[in-house]
Amino acid sequence: MSRTDTSVADRPTGVPSPAASRSGRGLTERLLAVRELSLLLALGALILVTTLYNDRFLGSQSIKDLLLGCAILVILAAGQTLVIVTRNVDLSVGSILGLVAFATGELFLAAPGTPWPVALVTGVVLGAVCGAVNGGLIAVAKVPALVITLGTLYAFRGVDYYWAAGQQINAADMPRSFLRLGNQTLFGVPVLFLVALVVVAVAGFYLRSYRSGRELYAIGSEPAAARLSGIPVGRRVFAVFVASGALAGLAGVLYAARFGTLDAAAGTGLELQVVAAAVVGGVAIFGGSGSVYGAALGAVLLTTIGSSLAVLRIDPFWQQAVVGALILAAIGLDRVLAIRTAARLRGRSAHVA
Amino acid sequence: MSHDTLTPAPPVAGRQSGRLAGFGTALGSWDAAIVAGLVAAVLVASAAVPNFATGRNAQFLLLDLVPLALLALPMTLIIVTGEIDLSVASMVGLCSSLMGQLWLSSGLSLELICVLVVLLGALLGAVNGVFVTGFGLPSLAVTIGTLALYRGLSFVVLGDQAVADFPADWTAAVVRPIPGTSIPVMVVPVLLLALVFGVVLHATPAGRALYAMGNNSEAATFAGVSVARTKFWLFVASGAVCGLAGLFWTLRYASARGDNATGLELTVVTAVLLGGVSIFGGRGRLLGVVAGVLLLGVVRNALQLADVDANALTIVTGTLLIASVVLPNAVRDIRARLHRRRQHTRVTAP
Repeated sequence: MSRTDTSVADRPTGVPSPAASRSGRGLTERLLAVRELSLLLALGALILVTTLYNDRFLGSQSIKDLLLGCAILVILAAGQTLVIVTRNVDLSVGSILGLVAFATGELFLAAPGTPWPVALVTGVVLGAVCGAVNGGLIAVAKVPALVITLGTLYAFRGVDYYWAAGQQINAADMPRSFLRLGNQTLFGVPVLFLVALVVVAVAGFYLRSYRSGRELYAIGSEPAAARLSGIPVGRRVFAVFVASGALAGLAGVLYAARFGTLDAAAGTGLELQVVAAAVVGGVAIFGGSGSVYGAALGAVLLTTIGSSLAVLRIDPFWQQAVVGALILAAIGLDRVLAIRTAARLRGRSAHVA
Repeated sequence: MSHDTLTPAPPVAGRQSGRLAGFGTALGSWDAAIVAGLVAAVLVASAAVPNFATGRNAQFLLLDLVPLALLALPMTLIIVTGEIDLSVASMVGLCSSLMGQLWLSSGLSLELICVLVVLLGALLGAVNGVFVTGFGLPSLAVTIGTLALYRGLSFVVLGDQAVADFPADWTAAVVRPIPGTSIPVMVVPVLLLALVFGVVLHATPAGRALYAMGNNSEAATFAGVSVARTKFWLFVASGAVCGLAGLFWTLRYASARGDNATGLELTVVTAVLLGGVSIFGGRGRLLGVVAGVLLLGVVRNALQLADVDANALTIVTGTLLIASVVLPNAVRDIRARLHRRRQHTRVTAP
């Protein structure tokens, strides 16, 4: 592998001209860092205001609830980031989560003695299979993932309902060791959140430091150019959907462990929250830009808004409206930043020339 | 970069142009295919499902389809230009809860409220339009944002209460059939609106411009099409139609609620794509979309009558959508492959 190849794949995000992006690399990276920083600041301000209003918001129980509440969304947002970075989207994650959660319950009903690691692996594999269905159909149909995953959103959810046929699975049907997984803490931190942290760290490291991870950005920036430069675009996109499915499967198992009570509606409508978390976290909806860390922070921010509105005694009906306004603000901010960067880079390359 | 990584490119390009050549014919026949599918579905359902071919069922089937059909009209035009509006169901919800709140507390006449609600819809659409065309943001992201925002506001307006005490003559009027038939009166305005949208799309310069900007926005701009202004008004039209759908929804179920029409946006997009409109923009016909809406309605209604769980029916919606994009492409691929093989043998034969 030649040196130039690595630098092509290694280049961060969203800057059109190769010459401009080489000189603007530090700047772009700084902007990305700013995005994560600004999310942290927003999160800090939100927590501060809420705590000033009611100091129990920073109590250990409240923080534990918060971490528990955002873990599943964080895992899904990490998977969604891998997909969106390649200029695709996976709308079926909520349905995969629901299907896997119900399947996990059914597994314990059918074989009560199943150890929980087996259930975990089964769930992840089932999720990966659903993801492979998405990836395979996208490869065959050669239409945007939006269409295919919209179709499988319905199809997977329908399978879930058909299978469940109105029945509900209760916590009593599942082994206690499994349910403990959903609520246990390790050094005061919920196990669920630790799992989410591991997922974010692994996905973030992969996207940042692996050649194939960098190639995902290249695919999202300009698929045609990525293909011409020898990146196996089809294979990478397929793999990304399998990964997103597997993570949705993992989230499904954890959902079952956390809530215990399952019906076929679990995770309905979650897909839009996940996309919202990624977009708020600075992942550009048309690919090529954004990080898993940003998306994870976006997920934490969205969850925190929900609980702090409750503490601030603001009508919970405002929550969704605030989330919507936040999405619009985030994409607006991205647009302003992109225009400024482009202007600055143009100025710089004109100077060089 | 080494040269051998570049060599695979030409065959790919060759395949693509072969596919593009078959593209027009495959989509041109899609209208016919979807109408044929609709006729077949009606025939099979009439023969196999008891109570399907009754006037009463036809009345309910058509009434159920009114909101979907309404929303699919502007959505078709928007997708043809290469944009999308995912906030439609939330706009219906917000219009519905505003109608409820005004009726509950403002003391205005219902006629005036109806006008205000449609204006509100247009305003909501204009907000989408400003974000997309004024600020140049991707409509997919903007309307996911307003999907959440408008739904949230619709709960803010009405909370979790339902307003149900609308005058009985109004609620009866929207479900009444045309005298002597079992076709609901409401089908008439829907068809009129479909006619308007169809004429605009297929028979006016503005309609041609929509295809032009869907195929290549930049080229359309250079050809003198005011892309931003046209798209803005499309989003306004989408909002206004959502206002109408909100009125219908509220009166038909005699209930204004914050969660009215939740999730309908995905069904609308499904119906439009099933009707042969390309998600890339630039392709599709309104007739196909109307047939797509009816096909979706007939299949779901027939299976429901055959006692399939209503929620499991989403398998059908999903499968129809996937089949509608996978099948034409597969056919196109096979055709292109056969064509190439024929050319190949012609070249090598002598």
